[in-house]
Amino acid sequence: MATSTTGLEAIDVTAPPTQPPGPSLIYQWLTTVDHKKIGLMYIVYALLFLVVAGIEAMIMRVQLAVPNNHAVSPQVFNQLFTMHGTTMIFFVAVPVLFGFGNYLIPLMIGARDMAFPRLNAFSFWISAFGGLLLYLSYFAGSGLYGAGAAPDVGWFAYAPLTAKVFSPGHSSDYWTLSVLLSGIGTTGTAINIVATAFCMRCKGMTLMRMPLLVWLFVVASCMVFAAVSPLTAAQIMLCLDRYLGSHFFDTQAGGSAVLWMHFFWIFGHPEVYILILPTFAFVNEIIPVFSRKAIFGYPAMVAASVAIGFVSLSVWAHHMFTIGLGPAGNTFFVFATMVVSVPTGIKMFNWLATIWGGKVIYRVPMLFCVGFLFQFLIAGLTGIMLSAAPFDWQLSASYFVVAHFHYVIVGGILFSLFGAFYYWYPKVTGRMMSETLGKWHFWMFVIGFHLTFDFMHIPGLLGMPRRIYTYEAGRGWELWNIIIGIGAIIQGVATLIFVYNLIYSYFRGPEAGPDPWDAWTLEWSTTSPPPDYNFAIEPSVSSARPLWDLKHPEDQDSRYE
Amino acid sequence: MMQTNTIPIAIDEQPWVLPNKGIVGMWCLIAAEAAIFLIFVTAYLFYLGKSLTGPTPAQVLELPIVGTICLLSSSITVHMAVAALRKGNIRGCTLGLGGTVALASAFLVTTAQEWHHLIYDFGLTIRTNLFGTTYYSLVGLHATHVIVGLLLLIAAFFFSLSGRVTEHHAERLEVLSLYWHFVDAVWVVVFLVVYVIGR
Repeated sequence: MATSTTGLEAIDVTAPPTQPPGPSLIYQWLTTVDHKKIGLMYIVYALLFLVVAGIEAMIMRVQLAVPNNHAVSPQVFNQLFTMHGTTMIFFVAVPVLFGFGNYLIPLMIGARDMAFPRLNAFSFWISAFGGLLLYLSYFAGSGLYGAGAAPDVGWFAYAPLTAKVFSPGHSSDYWTLSVLLSGIGTTGTAINIVATAFCMRCKGMTLMRMPLLVWLFVVASCMVFAAVSPLTAAQIMLCLDRYLGSHFFDTQAGGSAVLWMHFFWIFGHPEVYILILPTFAFVNEIIPVFSRKAIFGYPAMVAASVAIGFVSLSVWAHHMFTIGLGPAGNTFFVFATMVVSVPTGIKMFNWLATIWGGKVIYRVPMLFCVGFLFQFLIAGLTGIMLSAAPFDWQLSASYFVVAHFHYVIVGGILFSLFGAFYYWYPKVTGRMMSETLGKWHFWMFVIGFHLTFDFMHIPGLLGMPRRIYTYEAGRGWELWNIIIGIGAIIQGVATLIFVYNLIYSYFRGPEAGPDPWDAWTLEWSTTSPPPDYNFAIEPSVSSARPLWDLKHPEDQDSRYE
Repeated sequence: MMQTNTIPIAIDEQPWVLPNKGIVGMWCLIAAEAAIFLIFVTAYLFYLGKSLTGPTPAQVLELPIVGTICLLSSSITVHMAVAALRKGNIRGCTLGLGGTVALASAFLVTTAQEWHHLIYDFGLTIRTNLFGTTYYSLVGLHATHVIVGLLLLIAAFFFSLSGRVTEHHAERLEVLSLYWHFVDAVWVVVFLVVYVIGR
């Protein structure tokens, strides 16, 4: 065992000097099929787009801060909310989560790499190309003559707004093609994740010993097959409409605008769960480690995740109550939507039960997870309010809805994601992130988040519609919009602290060692950062917490299985 | 507090067997592709009889019996190729693959003839009406999958012909045959939807 380890390390040490530094480094990253490098590229690329889409959000808040403002033109405002939404979903949330999945899944199941390394690289580059293509529209969207124009049809691009007649030039082409490419990349990575989890597990790691993170990524990936493919199909139809003159969504020729809505939301709602399940996955790993207890109810967590996956495929039309689905349709989608909260509630109680009676350590990752629990609960509650069709008729397309889904995406997904950054950063870089800066980041983000999104519900209740470019004074919306704007600035500053912390800690952070959190899953058994080959010897496990077994030979988990 | 690389090596009780990653990956791809086809089939059924102008399916479509027989029997030949390869019968494998390539090409020829007939004799294009839109996109999407499969089969056929295929490749060929069976199964659905229900 020791000899083979030194053998591999020796190869590792002697290899680099044979290649010149500089261009070869870029070449290495461009041509890599290593899951860790691809995962990191996913994450860095998503962070860059996070900053871009965040700036777009800031400009919108500046425009809406006071009534009758003309900071940007109405056309630019339409482009801003379209680009903000499209970027955040397709080029921030999906890549950053799949980046974590790419990095962590092989390490957690004791594998050398993903099942299909080259497919992995292909998926990353096709998604990255999609993101660049989307932003190329700023320079080339109207064709080659004159200035470019970004897409301005909203992130769900309702028909017939995207028809050639209503969307001349090429801005909508950029939207549909970049989303199509992102969908192909997402499907490729999802195939890879499922195949990796089922076919690459190390000895002894049965499915019910897999870390919950891997389980949740598997469920999310299976949802990708059922949910992202309809979007891909709908984008193919839209391309056919725009390029070949077919009539799928052409209302003049009998085509149906409502069909696009169905196809889009068959993707759109499960997509929320595709994003939230990986963040549940992070919470599943972080909460037990910082509560010093094994996760409560592992089988129930797996079952609840699979149940969420199934039920969430039949809730999409709750985005469409206002188009008139009829009583049968309304009833079905109201109940289906409400049923999703049952497995989600099971998860919530399992996390609470994990914390209950544990020795809770409030380091930064745990702080973000606690923030996640509170905020995701509130987001879920406004979700249940909106799932009641009559309530939705009143508030659909108002700022209440905007507040609700930002509560899910920022308060839930982003908080748990930040926790994941602080938790796995030492593994990726070998250095700890600054705890002080992390706490500043956390508290400022919490304050900014609540200022923005708590108060955003109120103008919604007062009737402020989403996507309006400006508004008149005297409707009672002014104060709330000012507060929302201030909160947005605080969140922006907090994010800058986070980015600074990422860079600063890379050079100055204290050495982390292989296992800084005294954790239990396999990724902490290798060095930080892990070597190219991950594990010198294929690990072998006999319980769901292999490192616990190793550290506590007198009280192994495997005894209780 | 602990050293790296201390995870113990397995003390082997039973062999650790995991499913083949190619097969699992292909099943995943099939799931994703099936969802794409489902959306196109839904659109086809949703727009049945909603065309504002002619021609209608009943006026122009004929049952593609020959093409269907060719495509469905190609599933049998590709299965024979895999079965032969498993037993180490390279000749049988080459024959099976050659038969599959021929049958798939025959299917594509019948589709091309049908499209030529529709376009030049009835003036039905993707722009004509909703029937044209949904018909060409659904059948075209399926034909695209046939072409992709055909290219892979041709590659496998030439590898087999040049003697580079051995018994060890049986599982890889099985991945391809799985895809091919899926393409055939989709054709059964397309046949029922377009030529039976929709006519």
